[in-house]
Amino acid sequence: MIGKTASFLIASLIAAPILVILSSWRTPMDDVFLHLMSTGLSEVLFNTLWLVMGVAVGTTVLGVSLAWLTATLEFPGRAIFNWALVLPLAIPTYVLAFVNIALALPGIRSTGGIIFVMTMALYPYVYLLARNGFLTSGKRATEVAQSLGQTPISAFFKVALPMAQPMILSGLMLALMETLADFGAVSIFNYDTFTTTLYKAWFSMFSLNAAAKFSSFLVVLAFLLLWLEQRARQSKRYIPAEKQPRSAMRVPLNGAPRFLASAYCFTILFVAFIVPVMYLSIGAFTVLSEDLDSRYFGFLGRSLGLSAMAALLVVAGALLMSYTHRYHKIAFLVRLATVGYALPGTILAVAGIMITTSAGFLTGTLFAMMLGYLTRFMAVAHNPIESGMARITPHIDEAARSLGAGGLRMITKVQMPLLREGLIVGAILVFVDVMKEMPITLMTRPFGWDTLAVRIFEFTAEGDWERATLPAITLVLTGLLPVILLTRRLERCPS
Amino acid sequence: MPIIELSEVTKTYQGERPLRNASVPAVYDVSFQIEKGEVLALLGPSGSGKTTLLRLIAGFETPESGKIILDGRDVSVKGQVVPPEKRGIGMVFQDSSLFPHLTVRQNIAFGLYRYNKNEQERKVLEMIGLVGLTGFLDRYPHELSGGQQQRVALARALAPNPIVLLLDEPFSNLDPDMRSKMREEVHAILKRVSMTAILVTHDHEEAFTIADKVAVLNAGKIEQIDTPEMIYHLPKTYFVADFVGSADFIEGEVTADGKIYTEIGAFPNEIGRGGSRTAPNIVVMIRPDDIHLIPDPNGIAKIVSKQFRGSENLYKVLLPSGAIVHSSEHSLVDYPHGMNVRIALTATHTVVFSASSIKGRG
Repeated sequence: MIGKTASFLIASLIAAPILVILSSWRTPMDDVFLHLMSTGLSEVLFNTLWLVMGVAVGTTVLGVSLAWLTATLEFPGRAIFNWALVLPLAIPTYVLAFVNIALALPGIRSTGGIIFVMTMALYPYVYLLARNGFLTSGKRATEVAQSLGQTPISAFFKVALPMAQPMILSGLMLALMETLADFGAVSIFNYDTFTTTLYKAWFSMFSLNAAAKFSSFLVVLAFLLLWLEQRARQSKRYIPAEKQPRSAMRVPLNGAPRFLASAYCFTILFVAFIVPVMYLSIGAFTVLSEDLDSRYFGFLGRSLGLSAMAALLVVAGALLMSYTHRYHKIAFLVRLATVGYALPGTILAVAGIMITTSAGFLTGTLFAMMLGYLTRFMAVAHNPIESGMARITPHIDEAARSLGAGGLRMITKVQMPLLREGLIVGAILVFVDVMKEMPITLMTRPFGWDTLAVRIFEFTAEGDWERATLPAITLVLTGLLPVILLTRRLERCPS
Repeated sequence: MPIIELSEVTKTYQGERPLRNASVPAVYDVSFQIEKGEVLALLGPSGSGKTTLLRLIAGFETPESGKIILDGRDVSVKGQVVPPEKRGIGMVFQDSSLFPHLTVRQNIAFGLYRYNKNEQERKVLEMIGLVGLTGFLDRYPHELSGGQQQRVALARALAPNPIVLLLDEPFSNLDPDMRSKMREEVHAILKRVSMTAILVTHDHEEAFTIADKVAVLNAGKIEQIDTPEMIYHLPKTYFVADFVGSADFIEGEVTADGKIYTEIGAFPNEIGRGGSRTAPNIVVMIRPDDIHLIPDPNGIAKIVSKQFRGSENLYKVLLPSGAIVHSSEHSLVDYPHGMNVRIALTATHTVVFSASSIKGRG
């Protein structure tokens, strides 16, 4: 009963931001909002549209082609590219953005430039899911197609690709949600989208209400993507899962294609990971003597502290929901509590500020910030915890009870040890996501709570790329942590 | 005094199980007793309520009405139902329910937390020896085969010396060879430690191998509770006759001389059990080992097909009326397809049911 009530509270807390945003329409439209509508709306709409379409095409082409190469073909370096191509996930989009600007590539400050940066940062989502699709589902069907006279290549296009399509779509939707939610990269590029516009409405035009109203357009777009993603996810079900994915029989490439494949994979990895990391390392090294002072450790400490606090909070919430769901079936509340990942941080920030200003005693506290993190990252913690929970079959519970272990003893001796891995993975993922998170932290932080991400925002706003490298490389190194976790899991898969 | 006693136990699932008609009880008015050291099999098709009955005894379900007495204690008193962890039961499930994060040793010791370290160790060694897995103590469950996992589960359940061991289709996920091997082993182990046990199964051979007594369940009710021999040879109801082993049913006629005439011969009408023996329309149960085929060119019956089963051949025989009976014969004798045969009766008992009792069934 306590669990049910608490889960209901968590779910309502998480749903609150959306309600707050929508309730802003009860007040009349102010001048700021009207001004935004008449001057900015069409530009923002077209900018967003171009960006989303460009990133969609870019990440699909890169993600699917790379996944196909590494999952089904054999060429020099494939085993390394297999996991290394996930590494760009460790670099926040805004870091990749300022690195590319700092490198002053010709024509980078353009629509094409921001699409290029976002594609390089986000293609791993599509790559990961497409790869998974090719490895687990298409295998047997591809063999059947081959036994019916198709070549491996034509079997891929006729069978494996269509079968992996829901997974590819699912990965694409995740990439597009990130694109829509992005604030840091687009502001570095001075590319006006919904997120930057509502930041301006709040920060330089001082109208929280206009920002909230403007946010509701973005809410609609975000939920559209969420709906598409959930549809893609559901249709995944038609793929018959093979219990044990057998190690793939990859087709060895010969002659020129062999090296072309290697060169292609290397180029992507070079542009999306090696160059930025090298630039950041060199940059950080030059400013190290000057910037590695007590202030830097202050930023680092606050980043770590906030991330740890958020990780604890979110994992505790997710664990509570998961437990309650185990015994009381609260599927709807769980769904409600885990849709927040589709909501851009800027919206959650605006909603958080609105809540804290209307409930005066919360101003100047971390409430708005933590609420934002809870909403945005609940799903991140929920997934590993829930999959750990699913491993504890009802019979394991019953076996424990039949051996005299009910209640507390069952929880401490059986369930917690089995959930431990899920809890740790969930905590690490949330920790790192919060470290890299920019808009919620930037907009809702109480006075004096500057973090590494905030620092990067401030330096890049002044065009001081070099000094941004030190906090940036710190974030990238932290970001490698979950990516390593991920790639280790990849290696456990047959590869 | 019986160690387990159920009287008039009824359980209906509320809502939650959409596939089942909520108004029909899963277990209805079930009563039986088990003596210490006795092994009872609950045998029935899926949905017959056998697993529900086991879970009621374990305490994972609560009866709506009726009484469950375990070792002299009423565990089903309304408002103070004894939870499973306080009942002193042992349980083995059909899938491996071993704790995956614990070694074999730790799994077996799990229920021994009231003992001190030395006693725990002694018990663990005793149990692992009992199930023949000495040397596997430090392995993890995933390093064991399916059969080994079930043996560890058995050792774990037996270690705290429960009042009763509950086995829920413990062999159903094993391959056939391992299954029959495990049946014999489990039977031997239960007898060696004189453990009272209840086994749930849908396989009559399994029930016959392991149990002293078999309760056949149908639609939540006990149709018959008896020794395996009685269940097989003298089934009380048509359901039991049909569900347990293979049986054919042919029409017969009761005559004044006290015999039952059928197209394959006359049966004595004495030892038989079943429905009304005076009803005009009755059927006689024929097991494949109740009849014997004798080659005879003038025989009225004809062999339709043969199934080779190793030590025996099972022949399908067509009677003049169009009825079919099966006969098992020694496999060293081979009768060709289409051969005419005479049928000799070897049954020492006659089981009959009134024809109306089997309508719409089978």
